[in-house]
Amino acid sequence: MHTEPQVIQTHLPQLTEPRNPGMELDLDWVRTAQANTSAIERRAATLPGRRSVKKDYQAAWLCKAISCIDLTTLAGDDTAGRVQRLCAKARQPVRADLLQALGMQGLTVGAVCVYHDMIAPAVEALKGSGIPVAAVSTGFPAGLSPFHLRVAEIEESVKAGAHEIDIVISRRHVLTGDWQALYDEMKTFRAACGDAHVKAILATGELGSLRNVARASLICMMAGADFIKTSTGKESVNATLPVSLVMIRAIRDYYDRTGYRVGYKPAGGISKAKDSLVYLSLIKEELGNRWLQPDLFRFGASSLLGDIERQLEHHVTGAYSASYRHPMG
Amino acid sequence: MTVKDIFETMDYGPAPESAADALAWLVDQGDRFGHFINGAFTEPGDGFDSKNPATGETLATLTQATQADVDAAVAAARKAQPKWAKLGGHGRARHLYALARLLQKHARLFAVLETLDNGKPIRESRDIDIPLAQRHFYYHAGMAQLMDSELSGREALGVCGQIIPWNFPLLMLAWKVAPALAMGNTVVLKPAEYTSLTALLFADICRQAGLPKGVVNIVTGDGAVGQMITAHPGIDKIAFTGSTEVGRQIRAATAGSGKALTLELGGKSPYIVFDDADLDSAIEGLVDAIWFNQGQVCCAGSRLLVQEGIAARFHDKLRARMQTLRIGNPLDKSIDMGALADPIQLQTIRDMVDSNTDGETFRVNAQLPAEGCYYPPTLITGLDPAHRLMQDEIFGPVLVSTTFRTPAEAVQIANNTRYGLAATVWTENVNLALDIAPKLAAGVVWVNATNLFDAAAGFGGIRDSGFGREGGWEGLRAYTKPTGKPKPLAPIAAYEGDGAADGIDRTPKLYIGGKQARPDGGYSQAIYGKSGKLLGHAPIASRKDIRNAVEAARGASGWAKSTAHLRAQILYYIAENLSSRASEFAARIDALTGTRQGAQEVETAITRLFTAAAWADKLDGAVKSVPIRGVAMAMHEPVGVIGALCPDEAPLLGLISVMAPAIAMGNRVVLCASQPFPLAATDFYQVLDTSDVPAGVVNILTGPHADLAPTLASHMDVDAVWSFSSTDLSATIERASAGNLKRTWVNNGHARDWQADHSRAVMDAATEIKTIWVPYGEG
Repeated sequence: MHTEPQVIQTHLPQLTEPRNPGMELDLDWVRTAQANTSAIERRAATLPGRRSVKKDYQAAWLCKAISCIDLTTLAGDDTAGRVQRLCAKARQPVRADLLQALGMQGLTVGAVCVYHDMIAPAVEALKGSGIPVAAVSTGFPAGLSPFHLRVAEIEESVKAGAHEIDIVISRRHVLTGDWQALYDEMKTFRAACGDAHVKAILATGELGSLRNVARASLICMMAGADFIKTSTGKESVNATLPVSLVMIRAIRDYYDRTGYRVGYKPAGGISKAKDSLVYLSLIKEELGNRWLQPDLFRFGASSLLGDIERQLEHHVTGAYSASYRHPMG
Repeated sequence: MTVKDIFETMDYGPAPESAADALAWLVDQGDRFGHFINGAFTEPGDGFDSKNPATGETLATLTQATQADVDAAVAAARKAQPKWAKLGGHGRARHLYALARLLQKHARLFAVLETLDNGKPIRESRDIDIPLAQRHFYYHAGMAQLMDSELSGREALGVCGQIIPWNFPLLMLAWKVAPALAMGNTVVLKPAEYTSLTALLFADICRQAGLPKGVVNIVTGDGAVGQMITAHPGIDKIAFTGSTEVGRQIRAATAGSGKALTLELGGKSPYIVFDDADLDSAIEGLVDAIWFNQGQVCCAGSRLLVQEGIAARFHDKLRARMQTLRIGNPLDKSIDMGALADPIQLQTIRDMVDSNTDGETFRVNAQLPAEGCYYPPTLITGLDPAHRLMQDEIFGPVLVSTTFRTPAEAVQIANNTRYGLAATVWTENVNLALDIAPKLAAGVVWVNATNLFDAAAGFGGIRDSGFGREGGWEGLRAYTKPTGKPKPLAPIAAYEGDGAADGIDRTPKLYIGGKQARPDGGYSQAIYGKSGKLLGHAPIASRKDIRNAVEAARGASGWAKSTAHLRAQILYYIAENLSSRASEFAARIDALTGTRQGAQEVETAITRLFTAAAWADKLDGAVKSVPIRGVAMAMHEPVGVIGALCPDEAPLLGLISVMAPAIAMGNRVVLCASQPFPLAATDFYQVLDTSDVPAGVVNILTGPHADLAPTLASHMDVDAVWSFSSTDLSATIERASAGNLKRTWVNNGHARDWQADHSRAVMDAATEIKTIWVPYGEG
């Protein structure tokens, strides 16, 4: 068994390497950012055919995917009991006998992600597991509540014990090209997070173009985001490979320019084990292995785990699996 | 490694595609192959081993074709051809459809066999080569179906000899066989000796499809077999894809034989990145440009031109990207680069790169397999156009790079090459992209993409990259000819005499660069009428006059950029001015030819000028239905500088029939007037002078065709040479044209009725189709 601080170290970037302090807003850089949609789509479309992982490698990669999952419940009918059940799944994401067969005992998910009011039960339920609690914040998902309340919400969530805060940006700042406002907003959110690790949700499905996604990514990193994240899961289009390509290329540029590694979290729409492998290979190809750790990469997903469990059982037994054979979260 | 270990390293691990079925197929064939002639495999004979370049293992033993084999294949094709053509469009469409379906049903077998034989990554053969080959057969099944209704007046050429390279064995077979069969031709195909196996599997498919015997014949062997095909008198057309060097030999070898010829040859295609481009996407494009198929691609973007301000950053990004390319077993599904096709190819690349000491060479520090023909992805930066590696095709995974300052300079550097196959442009600025694309000397231009191919879009080059297009409606021109039997053209001699002239002496001159010029050599020739009366003296043009005329024509390149409307207006104006002097010209023609055809000839010539003026702004391009979100535009571009030996028999009409459509399309012409009757042409330049024709657009020379033709045909700055002369100079011209692979259109001693309208044929010969791919999308 790991002790709590050791495990959290592997999950939070600020504990494993210098945290992104942000930088002055560099509008020249922002304005030169380009994203050619059709070329990006071609790259995204051919990637699954260019990389393939099989057998033990596939099993290991699927375990890696599990370790990077932000197991999420963001529903109006969430209760302490519901969150407790999810946290139990977070601690034991895969049946013990399967993990034993794989030699992967002790595998947990990356974090549990909840609304503010569910932080306390989550923290309680995860005590001793080392699994961080992430809270969505700032008037999630629309981010249109009064600004001071959005900031206050962050502070409350940190106080309640959240290790990670997933904020939503004001899409209107992107859509109107008010980059200064976006930068200021993000900087304020980051300050409010204090030592908690902040993920900036861009809501890419609402930004109109991949170029806007590239520019918003850069702004949020300049303003000190620890992670940039695609979506709330509530937009009609959530994480896609093209959007991911644009965001992680922005992360790469930011690292090349500043030396700081920012994490990436695609969220929403990733529900198949095979998709998770493609995402991992995309990260490996574009950012390198260092980003294939939960401190720099997370899946925001609720149903992905179930499909991975079935694939892992198939790997262990050679027979196709059924969902009822795996404990629910 | 345990799962736990892999969890830490996150390596890809092996992901091999099984070779079992492909190897089993080879075993079923006895691991030995004969040729496929007249619907059956011949007994295997003496030959050579076909090896897997990734391992060096022998896959099968193939047979080297003898002259008798080639004769038998040609005879089978010849015998089958009339019936195949008579089968009709629909009948042939059914066969092509069946071939497409069978290619699809056996897709994986073809893909694995291709990778075994050629060394290319299975991802490429599976996702690119084989699907494109299928698409080619489907597309041309449609062309067969539509031939009867849409191509009336065209018919099959007959028997086509097709020689294809080793870099895309099945795909090049499809590009050659599908259009040939669709149009009612039969074929004798020779795959490259290293990579014949998928062609032999295709032969097997032809049997399964019930293709009539003799329609497809496949003979295997080395270049000697190619020469037998090229030289075979029973073949009507040669289609070749391969090196420029061999293409040149084939051009020379087929000169004067009357065989139709298309050549798809080498390239050194520019890949231009402007400072406003999406750099990461441009780099990903480069991966598909120069590390696709190990760089063994004729249209590979092998010459990187980066705008100076972003060059350092772009090269850094590129080097980082190169490090993640995976090189190794081509049957592994996660491999980006497999083996080169042959050890000789590997050595050639090594020698070329090692002999270069300039610039900065970056080789990916990859663990290459110990066995097999592997070469690491390589980037050489800091080269200039003067360096050999910037000029010569390497045909391997080696990218050379230089920088430019402005769009104009980018075009200049891009076009500073003997080749002209493809070009790639990256910019987010639509104004820049659409301005640059037409200016690039290339048959295909990709904007913000690279190496996009489709059966509906024409592919082919200009300059030393060859001629002819494959794909689309334009590709069918290479496999059809006008219906009807040509009649022989007897040489027309000048009249002799010893009479004297009457009236004030007139001195016809050459017409070069908009000015009348005395012949450089200082000689003239007396021109007599039928009765022996002296009609005047025509200058005898020499090599130097041709040089001057070509220089003037090259200098008049602004003509191509002028609007079609303007060109039409000038053609109408020529007609107007000719019309006002109609009776004078009629009398001149009558006096020269000793006939009464003059008035008719002038009237028809005026019609031709009107027709050309009419077409100037109506030979529209096309937008092709390619399977991407974007457009592939087929644009007609003028060939450039055209030298023409004008018809002897119709001294004014012939010249105008050739000139008018050519200049309507934006070409500049050097016209060698009717040899026996040159004085109508020298009168005509006065008409040009008064019709606002810009200097250099039309240049007129007089003199013996046989003397002028070799200089014109070997001139490196002439893009096309045509001959309608009654002196049959076809062989001379075609042989000499090999120097810069200029387009030729010769009469092979056949007559053409100039009273009939050939404007459309002239325009086709006077234009090249450039395909510009512009994928788009935002969001």
